[in-house]
Amino acid sequence: MNGEAALLLLADSRLPAGGHAHSGGVEEAVRRGTVTGTGDLARFLRGRLATTGLVTAALAAAACELAACDAFSDTSPDTVSDTAARAAREASEAAAGRARGDADTHPRRPSGGGDTSGTPATRPERHHTEGDTRVRGLSGGGDGLELWRRLDDEADARTVSPAQREAARTQGRLLLRTARRMWPSAALDTLARAVPEGAHHPVALGAAAAAAGCAPRQAALAAAYASVTGPATAAVRLLGLDPVAVHRLLSDLTPALEEAARSACAALGDAAPAHGGPDGEPHAEPDDGPDAWRARWAALPGHGAPALDLLAEGHLINPMKLFVS
Amino acid sequence: MTAVTARALIRTEAAAGGRTRLETLRSDPPLTLRQTGPHRVHIVSTAAGPLRGDHLDLAVDVAPGTSLEVRSVAATLVLPGLPDTPSVMVVRARVGAGASLCFSPEPTVLAAGCAHRLVVRLSLAEDATVFWREEIVFGRHGERPGRGHARFDATVAGRPLLRHDLVIGEEEVTGSPAVYGDARCVGSTLLAGPAWARAAPPCAGRERRAVLGDGWAALPLTGPGVQVCALGADAVQLRERLLRGEDAATACAPPGPPAATPAA
Amino acid sequence: MGAYHDDLHDAADPHGRALRLGIGGPVGSGKTALVAALCRSLGPSLRLGVVTNDIYTTEDADFLRRAGVIDPERVIAVQTGCCPHTAIRDDIAANLDAVETLEDRFGPLDLVIVESGGDNLTATFSRGLADRQIFVLDVSGGDKVPRKGGPGVTSADLLVVNKTDLAPMVGADLTVMSRDAAAVRDGKPVLFTSIREDKGARAVADWVTDMVGAWQREHGEPHEHAGGHAGHGAAGRAARRAPVSRPA
Repeated sequence: MNGEAALLLLADSRLPAGGHAHSGGVEEAVRRGTVTGTGDLARFLRGRLATTGLVTAALAAAACELAACDAFSDTSPDTVSDTAARAAREASEAAAGRARGDADTHPRRPSGGGDTSGTPATRPERHHTEGDTRVRGLSGGGDGLELWRRLDDEADARTVSPAQREAARTQGRLLLRTARRMWPSAALDTLARAVPEGAHHPVALGAAAAAAGCAPRQAALAAAYASVTGPATAAVRLLGLDPVAVHRLLSDLTPALEEAARSACAALGDAAPAHGGPDGEPHAEPDDGPDAWRARWAALPGHGAPALDLLAEGHLINPMKLFVS
Repeated sequence: MTAVTARALIRTEAAAGGRTRLETLRSDPPLTLRQTGPHRVHIVSTAAGPLRGDHLDLAVDVAPGTSLEVRSVAATLVLPGLPDTPSVMVVRARVGAGASLCFSPEPTVLAAGCAHRLVVRLSLAEDATVFWREEIVFGRHGERPGRGHARFDATVAGRPLLRHDLVIGEEEVTGSPAVYGDARCVGSTLLAGPAWARAAPPCAGRERRAVLGDGWAALPLTGPGVQVCALGADAVQLRERLLRGEDAATACAPPGPPAATPAA
Repeated sequence: MGAYHDDLHDAADPHGRALRLGIGGPVGSGKTALVAALCRSLGPSLRLGVVTNDIYTTEDADFLRRAGVIDPERVIAVQTGCCPHTAIRDDIAANLDAVETLEDRFGPLDLVIVESGGDNLTATFSRGLADRQIFVLDVSGGDKVPRKGGPGVTSADLLVVNKTDLAPMVGADLTVMSRDAAAVRDGKPVLFTSIREDKGARAVADWVTDMVGAWQREHGEPHEHAGGHAGHGAAGRAARRAPVSRPA
């Protein structure tokens, strides 16, 4: 699978992007006594993955797909690195292929079968000219800026706690700073311009994944992985837990990580909102420009975790803390 | 056992003197509606349920400049029914310019063995005001909860304000200190409208501060609204916490309480 | 917090931006007192910003703000998630963000001081974060510490041995410390201070002033939005990779 080595770099806790200082609510849960050992940590991580993890995976996949198309459509090949250009072209083909597929058939695809879950390299038979591989409507920089802002708004709408939004923006800003030096690309520059105060972390992560040559599925997996490994490491530090016991918990979660990445991409494949209604939302007309993107993002999962919201706000006002969030 | 499909519609129109008139009030049993005030409607369940397989659909259309309050006379008890088919309740609400909607039914109780899907799609005009309360109880007293999935989508002039899913009764979330902890109920209230619009565009590090209480929080959204979320050991405690959060949320809206706030 | 710049591909580019000075050392050696002293001495002549990396609280930042030696807005506290050395060496993203935030808000600045959380003798600053670094020891840890070395003692641009007023009480021999430090530091300077008695840490402040002067002669006067907007041509890159200049 292409992008595998880049995925390892992106998901590595040693990636210098500030992630080590975030506990994802664990520090406050430890302080309040709701996480005390490996048993409740296991339930904490599983619940976090099923909620925040799924949402960030979906946003990362969406951002990865957008970055690939954005980079390809408004950048001349000589201004992006070979890797980025190739990744952009391949992912763009995948996205365009999916959009066409949706138009040809119906918006709901069987779970697990979405093109987004595959890797761009699995479609070597496609030979497009530049014009063919564009997703229409993303032809100018203005659209790119507007779409990045909209995707970031979608992340805002799924993050009800202001403390969590702030933590997500801080992490996103630091990741983008690092990613722009590691994988220079036009899409990352556009994202930085679109959301100067810092994009949500999963949005930045998905964009970075595209710049590194990863597919949306891989971006989703990296986001799901980050949603549990950061808190797990924080718990080891805060509670003095046996690090091997905690890694055993993480290894137990690997099927759930794969599943989260799969459903994130399946959700992205669902072009139409589940229940179209008398509202102002754009209807899904695949291959029909920015509205198609917006409609697909509207349907992405927004799984909330009220306890995490309360923990995040409690953490923010606690003056004695080791972690940023 | 036969599954039921029922549709109901509430539509207001502006009447002379700035008053609101109920233009349409149409319902199908078991989703029965009764007008109980000049601009108030109660949902009256005329049968047990919903059961698995039932599909209930409520459309609410609040015309520009009018106001509407929707309540229910009793809690909704969701029961098991057809295997492999969830019961579905869909509420689509559109609130026009300058209009206000207060939607605060009694709690939904997920009885053991049920599988319920609740979908709310709320579309607000730029200067519409809404108060929307949702309470979910994890099973009747002493029983395991059934399964539930509530999806809430709110947009303001087509822009996303809140997109929120709650999943109940699934193994991953049950008893997780990250999701509901040891709570037996979850509730939320969305208060939205021009009164909650932020003065200046957001910038990082300048998020509006939440108000945090014991088991509840009033969480300012990026868009013009505040989401109150609460967890509770029982429905009484949950309501108490939501009311505190709603007070706090009302206090963050500078020009005073919005028209849509219901009497507690 | 921080803002994006047009180009971050070479974020360490030194052209036209403030000198970034790291101050590290073990817990209790007097890092925060030294930062306060430098603010007191240099505040009138240099445009300053300070980033603190407390382990558990914002105590150091609060101390500096209360001390009245610097505009409280010019002090940013960074949380390090139990790992203060990670934040200055392995993953410097949060500290870089804080430095550039200060430059954005108050720039141009002449000097940004990054104070590490108290750590062990192996903690040093990444060259991606600090252009120069000071390692602070105190005599109460015993006069063997310089001999034991460690990257902080051996490689810092300046070694400060603080609390010399306590030397007689803890039986520390300053001559031994001076000799041992010289032996492992390859000629780099060592200064002995007692910040309790010398509130402005004059000798250290003079050294820092020299460093800032040399920095500006080499890389130009700090200018608006210098943090990341700086050009990154061949000359800039060559300058960045030039050997770190040593104090005269």
